[in-house]
Amino acid sequence: MKITLEHLTKRFPNRNKKIKEDVIAASDLTFEIPDGKLIGLLGPSGCGKSTTLNLISGLETPTEGRIYFGDNDVTDVPPENRGVGLVFQNYALYPHLTVEDNIAFPLGNLRGKDKLTKEQMHERALEAAKLVQIDTLMERKPNELSGGQQQRVAIARALVKMPSVLLLDEPLSNLDARLRLQTREELSRIQHETGITTIFVTHDQEEAMSISDMIVVMKEGVIHQIGKPQEVYDHPDNLFVAKFLGTPPINVFEGSVKDGKVYIGDEAILDAPEGASAPADNASAASGRKVYVGIRPEGFIPDKNGPLSVTLNKIEVMGRDTSIVAEHPAFIGTTIRSIIPSEDLTDVSGPTVRFRVKPGKVHLFDRETEKTI
Amino acid sequence: MKQKNYKGWLYLLPAIIFLGVFMVYPLIDVIIYSFEEGYSFVTQKSTGTGLYNFQYVLHDTYFVQALRNTFIIVIITVPVSTGLALLISLALSSIKPLRNAFQTIYFLPYVTNTLAVGLVFMVLFKKTEYTDGMVNLLIHLFGGSSVDFIDGPYWAKMFVMCLYTVWIVLPFKILILTSALASVKEDYYKAARVDGTRPSRIFYKITLPMISPMIFYLVITGFIGAFKAYSDEVALFGTDLNSAGMNTMVGYVYDMLYGNSGGYPSFASAAALILFAVVFTITCINLMVSKNKIHY
Repeated sequence: MKITLEHLTKRFPNRNKKIKEDVIAASDLTFEIPDGKLIGLLGPSGCGKSTTLNLISGLETPTEGRIYFGDNDVTDVPPENRGVGLVFQNYALYPHLTVEDNIAFPLGNLRGKDKLTKEQMHERALEAAKLVQIDTLMERKPNELSGGQQQRVAIARALVKMPSVLLLDEPLSNLDARLRLQTREELSRIQHETGITTIFVTHDQEEAMSISDMIVVMKEGVIHQIGKPQEVYDHPDNLFVAKFLGTPPINVFEGSVKDGKVYIGDEAILDAPEGASAPADNASAASGRKVYVGIRPEGFIPDKNGPLSVTLNKIEVMGRDTSIVAEHPAFIGTTIRSIIPSEDLTDVSGPTVRFRVKPGKVHLFDRETEKTI
Repeated sequence: MKQKNYKGWLYLLPAIIFLGVFMVYPLIDVIIYSFEEGYSFVTQKSTGTGLYNFQYVLHDTYFVQALRNTFIIVIITVPVSTGLALLISLALSSIKPLRNAFQTIYFLPYVTNTLAVGLVFMVLFKKTEYTDGMVNLLIHLFGGSSVDFIDGPYWAKMFVMCLYTVWIVLPFKILILTSALASVKEDYYKAARVDGTRPSRIFYKITLPMISPMIFYLVITGFIGAFKAYSDEVALFGTDLNSAGMNTMVGYVYDMLYGNSGGYPSFASAAALILFAVVFTITCINLMVSKNKIHY
């Protein structure tokens, strides 16, 4: 089902009663989630992504704005009538019920003409369990399951009532690293098999990028960018999005644009794109337009005659890649980290290393607005 | 190895001596007393050993009455107080404003002296030359006739007794249950809400199983506490409980030792052992019944 949010805003009264201003958890969210896609809501903790999920599920009511499922306005519809399946971060499995009873629990709520017999419930529960591959564990109690299995039970419980929307709140954060990789592929498979529009919340950009059809990057209740993962990575709208996506993070330098060239310090590293220079009548035109220069770790190419010189700190060998850790006076943060495929590595030795940069991996941001130029 | 063993016992010695002198020895002594016939404190001698003490106690009308009273109090007050406490706790946890105020009010009886509470009940129920008591005033208001709750018919006295007992054990149970309810994670309720679960199903399928260990704890301690009832009876009906017909098993034991008819340690011991056997049996039954119903 297509989901549309229109100017969705949620304000909470401040917990500290002395502060009159409300806390804005979600501010004027407007976007559309196409039918049958897997969407990642991404942002640092406290950015309002869980609130957004709760608004869609109906557990929270918006202060302003509307929510549409398909063409129906569901803003005032209580959660049980929205047809959403919700998976909690800690799974919220009922500890005193077996796996089967847990999965069948939502079915027991059906009344009237939808009421199911015991056999039908068992069948539906088994069907959902098979989908997430836990049909052999039906008699166990949740505390006899591993974290990954509990996660599957929670997903089966959300799927058993055949929701039109599946919502997952930090679905992978309670799993260990290996299981996380496995489960996220599993999530993607389940979503493709069922075709249910799925929204999941995460603070882990790698997780979001790897399985989402579309990611929504949020910060402090505001949407910063929406798009396909690769597009958002390649064309960040602003400095925050650029910094938030990618590990290791993007390297940001203080720089300037002058005479059609991008400068870091006194070194012109690149031709500036069209329109990057400050308008001619601007007072700062003579000294150049002040910008942030962001360079992705994979955007550095070691080159003895390269324009950018940095002070070598150390070289970390990681097998497939080698990372060169370095310093530069204009760099914001502590150390520059570049990733170079090990086979491309010519001999690099200190104290100064020179780089060329790949134009597509360099992003320029206005110093004041932090928007992409 | 050996030396280590001695050391361990040495550390345990203070506790062992204390428990031995004040717990184990008296326990054994009570069992011995109960089989010694005609033992007297004065002569420190008995006329022989046998089961006569138990026979006597079991045929004593006062004991039979005490047994009956105790059972009635247990059977009425334990379920009523636990159920009532659960209802009040549920109500308390579903309101936000004034919750603390109500909690304090409900907790007040717990910190109030038994005898002071007894006095309050006197004002409510006791008939004097000047007034029939506040409850009787209410009965009058609805056109009923006076009932003497303290010196009157058996059912009236038992009613006051049970009311008193329930009221006095309620605060502790409410305290335990409200904290048990608060410890049920909010996510379970949220999950149930998204699934459209009816409130009654949420209560029976989620809330009740989650707090069942605490309810079980309250039932067990409630049973034991009610079987040991004595001071509450004294607070309401005075020390001569036998003539008031409101004696309890512990009261009977006490009377046999120190009361007007006192000086019969053998009978007292026999009665105490019978009480122990009853409490033990009931607790065992409780444990067996609840085995499949409690979810830890």
